[in-house]
Amino acid sequence: MLLQEAATAAAHPLAGTVARWIWLVPVLPLLGFLLNGALTLLGAAKIGPADPGVHDDHASHGNAHDPAASHDDHAVVRHRFAGLVSLIGPGVLALSFVLALAIWWALRGAHVEAPYIASYFTWLLAGDLRVDFALQVDALSMVMVLVITGVGTLIHIFSVGYMQDDPGYPRYFAYLNLFVAFMLVLVLGASFPVLFIGWEGVGLCSYLLIGFWFNDKANADAGKKAFVVNRIGDFGFLIAMFLLFAHFGTLDFEGVRAAAGSLPFGGAVITAICLFLFLGCAGKSAQIPLYVWLPDAMAGPTPVSALIHAATMVTAGVYLIARSAFLFSMAPVAQLTVASIGALTALFAATIGLKQWDIKKVLAYSTVSQLGYMFVGVGVGAYTAGVFHLVTHAFFKALLFLGSGSVIFAMHRAYHATHNHEDAQDMRNMGGLRRMLPWTWALMWIATLAIAGIPFFSGFFSKDEILSSVFARAHGSTLAEASLLGIPGGTLLLVIYAVGLAAALLTAIYMTRMMLYTFHGPNRTGEAERAHLREAPWSMTAPLVVLGVAGAIGGWLNLPAILSFLGPTEILHHWLEPVVGAAALQVTLGESAHLEHSTELVLISIAVGIAVLGIVFAVARLKTTALVPAREAAPSTGIERVVEEKYFVDEIYDRTVVQPVLQGSRKVLWRFFDAGIIDGLFVNGSAWLARAVGWIGSQLQSGNAGTYAWALVIGVIAVLGAFSLR
Amino acid sequence: MLAQSLFISAVLFVIGVVGVLTRRNAILIFMCVELMLNAVNLSFVALSRAYGMAGQVFVVFVMTVAAAEAAVGLAIIIAIFRHRESVNLSNINLLKG
Repeated sequence: MLLQEAATAAAHPLAGTVARWIWLVPVLPLLGFLLNGALTLLGAAKIGPADPGVHDDHASHGNAHDPAASHDDHAVVRHRFAGLVSLIGPGVLALSFVLALAIWWALRGAHVEAPYIASYFTWLLAGDLRVDFALQVDALSMVMVLVITGVGTLIHIFSVGYMQDDPGYPRYFAYLNLFVAFMLVLVLGASFPVLFIGWEGVGLCSYLLIGFWFNDKANADAGKKAFVVNRIGDFGFLIAMFLLFAHFGTLDFEGVRAAAGSLPFGGAVITAICLFLFLGCAGKSAQIPLYVWLPDAMAGPTPVSALIHAATMVTAGVYLIARSAFLFSMAPVAQLTVASIGALTALFAATIGLKQWDIKKVLAYSTVSQLGYMFVGVGVGAYTAGVFHLVTHAFFKALLFLGSGSVIFAMHRAYHATHNHEDAQDMRNMGGLRRMLPWTWALMWIATLAIAGIPFFSGFFSKDEILSSVFARAHGSTLAEASLLGIPGGTLLLVIYAVGLAAALLTAIYMTRMMLYTFHGPNRTGEAERAHLREAPWSMTAPLVVLGVAGAIGGWLNLPAILSFLGPTEILHHWLEPVVGAAALQVTLGESAHLEHSTELVLISIAVGIAVLGIVFAVARLKTTALVPAREAAPSTGIERVVEEKYFVDEIYDRTVVQPVLQGSRKVLWRFFDAGIIDGLFVNGSAWLARAVGWIGSQLQSGNAGTYAWALVIGVIAVLGAFSLR
Repeated sequence: MLAQSLFISAVLFVIGVVGVLTRRNAILIFMCVELMLNAVNLSFVALSRAYGMAGQVFVVFVMTVAAAEAAVGLAIIIAIFRHRESVNLSNINLLKG
């Protein structure tokens, strides 16, 4: 088996090219983690933010600060290894990116169908189970690697400025480097278990970075929540892996792909595998019902939100489904479930986004909503469309988050200069920032137009491709022939399409609302603070510019065929064909899923109309002059309050899941089982038993010779009796 | 002849056992122990007719040991009597650990 693999690897056109350095791509960030981690330990006797008084985070809520604390004694001391860390942190990632580009170029030149698999050592060997630590270079993994290292480098560079005054500076970069290393293992792994290493690793780093400012209990709790909710999803992933191994005897992607055809199409087993996989995706990618952790994850530093909770980690679920496309295409019921949940999440999160005041919370719900779109895409078997939206979303959402980081940075600095303790993230305290932050304003408008789906910005192409794919598959596809909960697939897909359009409308509204409240109208920050509001340094604006360009022209990665006058069409589609092409064709019954040109034009017009309608509606209805700063705002009432409080989902979960589990653990598992059965019956019970036996034994030791004689005689009779009866 | 001898030996042994179990006087118990030893001696002698001289040799050993035991045992009983003015075993529990 080993020899056979070695032979195929040697025969692969990529063998011997730069692709053999693929292991360096994740190892470089890992090296950065080790170096930065060593510097963290060297630089501080105490790890972590030392003194809450000295510690001063840029992104935490204003109310997190102790209002009584005086900032006069607050002197910002740069970490003594700050210079070295600033070099290592982004440096290793830039190197990774360059290497990834080289490998991508080699892959592009090779024109190969089969993936290049580099196997390093056998990781697990138990009975029939054999898992090699192997990395897989193919079209899909290289797209992900380029996004992760590319966007990741920009966010690392941004972080240098954003986190410069933080006492935990090297620790931050250590975590961030480690995250990228795990994320690269996730997308490069050649089997489900290797992917799972990365899957768990990014979860860990997400936990560490959400709770980066762990002096504030709310931040630590948010990290814990993300971790626990993700465990629910991971349970599904593990069950799916067990099922895969039970039915295929292998966990390699290529092995499973080859064996998958042996299962009946749409059978119970394949559906169960896909649904359990999707449970894992719902946890990692924040879909209903497991989305609740992502908005709370905004407790971390803003660049972390950009990298982990918008551009890369949360899209791992989309990647997993695209990677397992050959499984999902055989289970239409599971696909319909994925698409339905995605559409529901897209709409639900968008409505919550309408009423949030925290700028990062708006973006968080927007991310949940956009992830829903991606799941609609991969759910209906339009894997390219899902991945396309993943890529463009990585551009414009990273831009939005970094832009919001730039805003928060400016706001925080202004409040800091005047020793004010207002909330630097509340949009009611912003307004009119266009004049102070012109670059951020312009770049964030590009991203807003992209996410709203205004033509020729990247989001327009990807969102439109998803929606038109849904529409196209309502007729003549395996999905249309299947049904979910008694609803015929064709009808369901049309409903999903409508829900997607509704969510697109809401997206345009809430994003415009965010931009209006932040950058337009009168400034509400405060008289004294206004003088201190200014653009962040160039090291922070430059990554925004790069992302702005990518967010604007990212659509050219995969232009629809109908717009061929704009340039070469469907580049990403052809690029991903070797990985997901067969699976996508299976869904559309072997035919290319293109609509009539006239139909497609109508769909595009509807989508554009809705986006424009949303923006116009928001501009017309929202009066920025009517807003008052957060501390003067009256609490909202009625339905507005319900939406502002996120439909009380956290409270409902608390009542229906958290409290029963907590009380059950406390009363049944702790008081009854642990204290009663384990401690009472087993531990103390065995001690009592020993004491009781000892007491009985001591009673026999009467010291009376007559008693002993009786015992002797009875013993002799017993022994003799036993001998004679034998 | 052998059967009768063994029967008498068994009867004597049982009488000894019952005496040891029921009596409280140390002297009587002591005598019952001697009775049991002699019951065993009787069976040894009886069996030696059938199985050779080893039984009779054994009887000599048993008598020797019994004599030594009698000396030690009586000495202990006398010591107890001097100490307690009684040889009733139900009042004596010195064997308790």
